Amino acid sequence: MQTVIKQFRANIRQYGMLIALLLIMLLFQILTGGILLKPLNVINLILQNSYILVLAIGMVLVIISGHIDLSVGSVAAFVGAVAAFMMVELNVPLAAAVVLSLLMGALIGAWQGFWVAYVRVPSFIVTLAGMLMFRGLTMLVLKGQSVGPFPEAFRALSSGFIPDFSGGGGLHLLSLLIGALLSALLIAIGWRKRLSDIRYNFEVPPRGYFIAQMVILAAALMLFVYVLASYEGIPNILIVLLVLIFAYTFITNRTVIGRHIYAMGGNEKAAMLSGVKTKRVSFWVFVNMGTLAALSGLIFAARLNAATPKAGVNFELDAIAACFIGGASMSGGVGTVVGAVIGGLVMGVMNNGMSILGVGIDWQQAIKGLVLLLAVAFDIYNRNKSS
Amino acid sequence: MTDILLEMRGITKTFPGVKALSNVNLKVRKGEIHALMGENGAGKSTLMKVLSGIYPYGTYEGDVLFEGRRCQFRDIRDSERLGIVIIHQELALSPYLSIAENIFLGNERARGGVIDWGETIARARELMDMVGLDESPNTRVMDLGVGKQQLVEIAKALSKNVKLLILDEPTAALNEHDSENLLRLLKTFKARGLTSILISHKLNEIVQVADAITILRDGATIETLDTARDEITEDRIIRGMVGRDLKHRYPERVPNIGETIFEVRNWNVYHPLQPDRRVIEDVSFHIRRGEVVGIAGLMGAGRTELAMSLFGKAYGKKISGQMLKNGKPIDLPDIPAAIRNGIAYVTEDRKNHGLILIQDIKRNTTLGKLRKVSRHGVIDERREIVEAEGFRQRLNIKTPSILQTTMNLSGGNQQKVVLSKWIFTDPDVLILDEPTRGIDVGAKYEIYTIINQLAGEGKGILLISSELPELLGMCDRIYVMSEGRMTGELTRAEATQENIMRLMARMEGDIRANGH
Repeated sequence: MQTVIKQFRANIRQYGMLIALLLIMLLFQILTGGILLKPLNVINLILQNSYILVLAIGMVLVIISGHIDLSVGSVAAFVGAVAAFMMVELNVPLAAAVVLSLLMGALIGAWQGFWVAYVRVPSFIVTLAGMLMFRGLTMLVLKGQSVGPFPEAFRALSSGFIPDFSGGGGLHLLSLLIGALLSALLIAIGWRKRLSDIRYNFEVPPRGYFIAQMVILAAALMLFVYVLASYEGIPNILIVLLVLIFAYTFITNRTVIGRHIYAMGGNEKAAMLSGVKTKRVSFWVFVNMGTLAALSGLIFAARLNAATPKAGVNFELDAIAACFIGGASMSGGVGTVVGAVIGGLVMGVMNNGMSILGVGIDWQQAIKGLVLLLAVAFDIYNRNKSS
Repeated sequence: MTDILLEMRGITKTFPGVKALSNVNLKVRKGEIHALMGENGAGKSTLMKVLSGIYPYGTYEGDVLFEGRRCQFRDIRDSERLGIVIIHQELALSPYLSIAENIFLGNERARGGVIDWGETIARARELMDMVGLDESPNTRVMDLGVGKQQLVEIAKALSKNVKLLILDEPTAALNEHDSENLLRLLKTFKARGLTSILISHKLNEIVQVADAITILRDGATIETLDTARDEITEDRIIRGMVGRDLKHRYPERVPNIGETIFEVRNWNVYHPLQPDRRVIEDVSFHIRRGEVVGIAGLMGAGRTELAMSLFGKAYGKKISGQMLKNGKPIDLPDIPAAIRNGIAYVTEDRKNHGLILIQDIKRNTTLGKLRKVSRHGVIDERREIVEAEGFRQRLNIKTPSILQTTMNLSGGNQQKVVLSKWIFTDPDVLILDEPTRGIDVGAKYEIYTIINQLAGEGKGILLISSELPELLGMCDRIYVMSEGRMTGELTRAEATQENIMRLMARMEGDIRANGH
């Protein structure tokens, strides 16, 4: 028991936000009389927050590298508008339109990255300019009107579910299967790491603790998938999100490029003198952000089934807030992809929960602001205490 | 002179898990220069924080008596009110404000919140005269050198009617000339009856100016030496600080010198912002395998600029000249190229340019050559840990774990991490820029040992240092720079402190006159 407590203490900072998320979910589950975690609402939660989470994943890299990107909302709107123009007005085939849209996002990122990395204009200024520019261009492309509807196949991106081979009725089997595979994968990764830790003589948690950890993880995952499977299965967008979360967690934790991003955000000069090509890293972080902003714009347009001039307003603020709630540091060098996703979910669950309770948008805004402030203050307090 | 100005009795201060000070006693007489010595981590700074109220009354045990009265400081303002002023190693000046504004920062000459500029400037002039600072009071602090900034700090302290001036490593960032100035100033203050406590690692300075020396080791008072009573030598102080005799300040090395490994010919560098200003002029030098070559020079002689311009053009514009490694010309357009070619540069500013302080030892160690521990861009964290752990043991980095954040390490250990990082890149030539600045005696010796080991492995070492004894003790050959030029080259046998100093001060006119 003692070791469990010790392990828990050691990880409290890492799991702090996750615990907060679970508590918030529990709170709203009770307040809403169980509506929050009903299958339909869980699906809603995922769909409602998917585009913010995609932005948050890109944004956390930007923030770790010591920059900020205020333009993502406008960029998302602009790319959505261009995609609508291509698909609705020009009848460009779906796949080509999506690829072109993502490329356009990358190009916009390259534009902003150029000014930030090579001309050394502060990213706040560059992306503030981008925020205004691309909002204006969005209105130009759309001529001030909504453009839609989109082809059915495109809408499936954000409202479709993965197909089922069982042929309707009862539980969604493919979803359950994916859940089981994911659980097995997570356990396998954990087990491999443990074996290799033992081989290298590193300290590992006791076997019982490890097994308990894995069982809880797998059970939570299966419960979640079961909830989804009892409705229509796993939404397409969740697959996209999971792939992004896995890929970017891997990049930030395990790759040289990830290490370079953290190093640059932690101390740009020292990183440069250690051979990190800091300009190039800054540049590519913005290219990446632009691409993800484009993806977010596509998801949002598909969800609304129209591109509108007002799409993406304040998205950048939600994405930035998600990163900071998730433990990223204003001064760079600190933050995680998973943290940003959890931060995004904290806000998403509160939005959703308060909406169910009939709390007005006015109070929702105010409460979300307060939560952001308290979350960051709590983090800083903890950090000061530990150092 | 037996008047006791300050007495600290039985001071004990504990942090969670660590006893930083245990039963420390310190007695400072009125009008003396009292040196406080000890290795990093011995408790000097903690003691001074207790004295100045940064650790308020109640967070420590023991008594602080100032002018015979028991003090219970709640914060730093309480202690300043009594005339205890501390000047930290990191200067607390606002760079964009003028000298006069900085002197009266937080203590403005004002009437009803409106600044009286006449009085501000006039008083600032008086104070600047006292410290011998010959500048306009309206000069921005950022336009001053470190030595003069230090004087501004002291003027600021004097403006507060200081009775006890505490200087924490005041000369660490100063060159010989400015250091001497500062010490002379302390002596003038003493003549006027001002008491000071001096924390320094530079033994020669202490021997030169101190009236009494209190030595701390592992959070306890070891002894207080009195220059009037005891005979004080540098060795005597070292023995007190490390608790044993350090036979030699510099470890023995039998030079095993081979071929020329690195050579620079007619190197010219221009200032990055002022395109007409040539910072390095026609510099040529060479390093052989297994050789430790020193570069001496005053602050501003261009030593760091030279080193950084060589290291993948990290400094300067319009760089020209030839660089040869193993006799073959090489071109290093950027830092990755320098690292690939086996050149390493250990910066003089380890906190701002050397380390990523918020990251752990492991990550700092491998940053310079991550591909050694990765495959296809994916890092093998196990191998990384094994490598970093190897360096921890080899360089004797004192830390419970390589996952320790480098921010929390002492200066000596931080420097060992920086050295680890560069040794990890498998360099053939290491440029070490002030590698022992601000490091205590024991750790210095360890750094010297590492340098000798590297030379023993056949690497070429370029050692830039402002401490002449260090250059004399470590180097096989010493180049001297002045105003961006090489003014001399001395072998170990030829080199003396006087020789080097003469060459360091040699100006452009002299060189021409000598037909050099």
